[in-house]
Amino acid sequence: MNGNGYSVSVRDLVKKFGDFTAVDHINLETSRGEVFGFLGPNGAGKSTTIRILCGLLQPTSGTARVAGHDVAQEPEAVRQNIGYMSQKFSLYHDLRVIENLRFFAGLYNVPHEVVEKRIGWALEMAGLTGRERLMTGTLPGGWKQRLALGCAVLHQPPIVFLDEPTSGVDPISRRQFWELIHHMAGDGVTVFVTTHYMEEAEYCNRLALIERGRIVALGTPGELKLRSMKGELLLVECAPLGRAVELLQQAPGVLDAAVFGNALHLVVQDAAAAIPALREYLRTREVEVHRIEAIPPTLEDVFVSLTARKEQA
Amino acid sequence: MSWRRTFAVARKELVQIWRDSRSLGIVLVMPLALMLLFGYGVNLDTKHIPVYVFDREGSRQSQDLLKRFQSSDYFDVVRTVDNYAALEKAIDSGQARIGLVVPHDFSERLRTGETASVQAIVDATDDNTANLAFGYTDAVVRGFSQEVQVDWLRQQGRPEPKPPISVDARTWFNEDLESKAFIVPGVLALVMSVIGAFLTSLTIAREWERGSMEQLISTPVTPLEIMLGKLAPYFVIGMLNTAVCAAVGIWWFEVPFRGSLVTLFASSALFMMVVLGLGFFISVVGKSQLAASQIALTATFLPAFLLSGFLFSIEQMPAAIRAVTRVIPARYFVSILKSVFLKGSGLALLEGELLALALFAAALTLLATRSFKKKL
Repeated sequence: MNGNGYSVSVRDLVKKFGDFTAVDHINLETSRGEVFGFLGPNGAGKSTTIRILCGLLQPTSGTARVAGHDVAQEPEAVRQNIGYMSQKFSLYHDLRVIENLRFFAGLYNVPHEVVEKRIGWALEMAGLTGRERLMTGTLPGGWKQRLALGCAVLHQPPIVFLDEPTSGVDPISRRQFWELIHHMAGDGVTVFVTTHYMEEAEYCNRLALIERGRIVALGTPGELKLRSMKGELLLVECAPLGRAVELLQQAPGVLDAAVFGNALHLVVQDAAAAIPALREYLRTREVEVHRIEAIPPTLEDVFVSLTARKEQA
Repeated sequence: MSWRRTFAVARKELVQIWRDSRSLGIVLVMPLALMLLFGYGVNLDTKHIPVYVFDREGSRQSQDLLKRFQSSDYFDVVRTVDNYAALEKAIDSGQARIGLVVPHDFSERLRTGETASVQAIVDATDDNTANLAFGYTDAVVRGFSQEVQVDWLRQQGRPEPKPPISVDARTWFNEDLESKAFIVPGVLALVMSVIGAFLTSLTIAREWERGSMEQLISTPVTPLEIMLGKLAPYFVIGMLNTAVCAAVGIWWFEVPFRGSLVTLFASSALFMMVVLGLGFFISVVGKSQLAASQIALTATFLPAFLLSGFLFSIEQMPAAIRAVTRVIPARYFVSILKSVFLKGSGLALLEGELLALALFAAALTLLATRSFKKKL
């Protein structure tokens, strides 16, 4: 593919809008066939990074190479090799399904002899076979997203950039969409995907956690959970929750305490020793403890732990 | 440059025009509406001026004079009144443009060879019409007075006097002196400005607004392909509209067409490129449909209407405004249209105007392609 063998390679990438630094010295690489997730809250710099990688925004400094081409120097060569799905649905509402597909097949110069085959494949992938004549604007959200993906990959690009492809889509469609992503990756396509859904991040081969333009952690979901937690995780179900979290934040041996749904997650140095101690601590302070046990961390715990540490620093 | 991509963009654009009722309305209805509006509605000819008459004498001779007004195309004697106040009221209320007062001693003075005078009160709110009305009145009275003089001399047994000088006028180009022959060809420039600049000003802005531009520029399509693909349908539509408007002008409004169709369509194509380039440029710079359409109307339709010589003669404008009209492309096209229709001028005679249009077209096309960047 290119010299260093990476499909996407980013070095010290910076993007500033006036005084605001949207992307702050980012470094990352993705390999062929990898599903690389970009996880972070809204406004963290995910879309800006993806737009730079697609040659749509000029970086302020640093370099980014996609499919071996520098995005700032050879944006057109980059565009030949990528499929891009922007955050906002951006097909034409007033065109029929088939017309959108034909339009993008034309733009990507898909060879005439395979156009019909590729369009048929995209329709099947999107679950829109037999619905070619429907007006795109009338499709439900999940179908629109799958059609947008179909349009973006008609030319079978080696790298696909998906910017929050599943936002605003129902859970079942989201799952179907991730199946498509893994199917493409299985065919050797590099999929670069942003999301702010923690549970989706678990589907990625590798992840970068991004916050305020910086990558705060990078690795496989498993690695991140192991590496980033500076202790062990406890689940505490108790009442009243509000008072408990205030008490636990000051309790000895507790590194962090946060509300997760209707329970608390605590980070402690040693789970085995902490459980009886905390049970006692809470009991004497008139908090009713229903359950307290060690649990494996989720990415959300990792993210909270990482960003909390940053804020204290 | 890929023809396939250009064609893909053009086809998509055409389908979108077809599905967008607003665009389709402008394309199908607006040209004919403008044509009918200006062909019927705007009439600079001053004919059938309403006249109220207060004949204080009511003699045979005063009636003869009034008959002359009646038989003229320029006047309609609406009513005869019997007091001065009624005349004043008619002018005040706008029912009469001219009030004629024939004095009580009209025929008596004529009989004795004295000068009889007729009073004409002219409503000069619209100075142009008032001037014309006054001129026509003067001509009618002068003709009558000449006849009276001849009669009188004949009665005296003297020979008829010969006027020392007479004007032998030939009207060229617009022989019937009809303003529609002068206005209708210019409507083509208006129609093309609306189709070319106004409609195209929306196309790029619309894609930015709807977010489809982001997807479009992430593909290998080049700015030139986007521009050509987007403008091609409007070029074809604009030329078809030109043909329809020319046909309506020639066969329905019976405006003389003395030039060649080649000259008409060659110059129309050139002007179309000017307005399309301008529309595209405005669309790129405007970025929102509202802003772009307003800029487009201000930059093309208004100048085409006011500063092109379409209705208002450029020679009559103050020097400063006259200088401004030089940078209005429609000015050159309107001048070409009037020459092609009425004078039958060929390409060679229109060299200067065509050159000006070609320069505008080249400059605007360059500006439009340069201004459009495949960046967010």
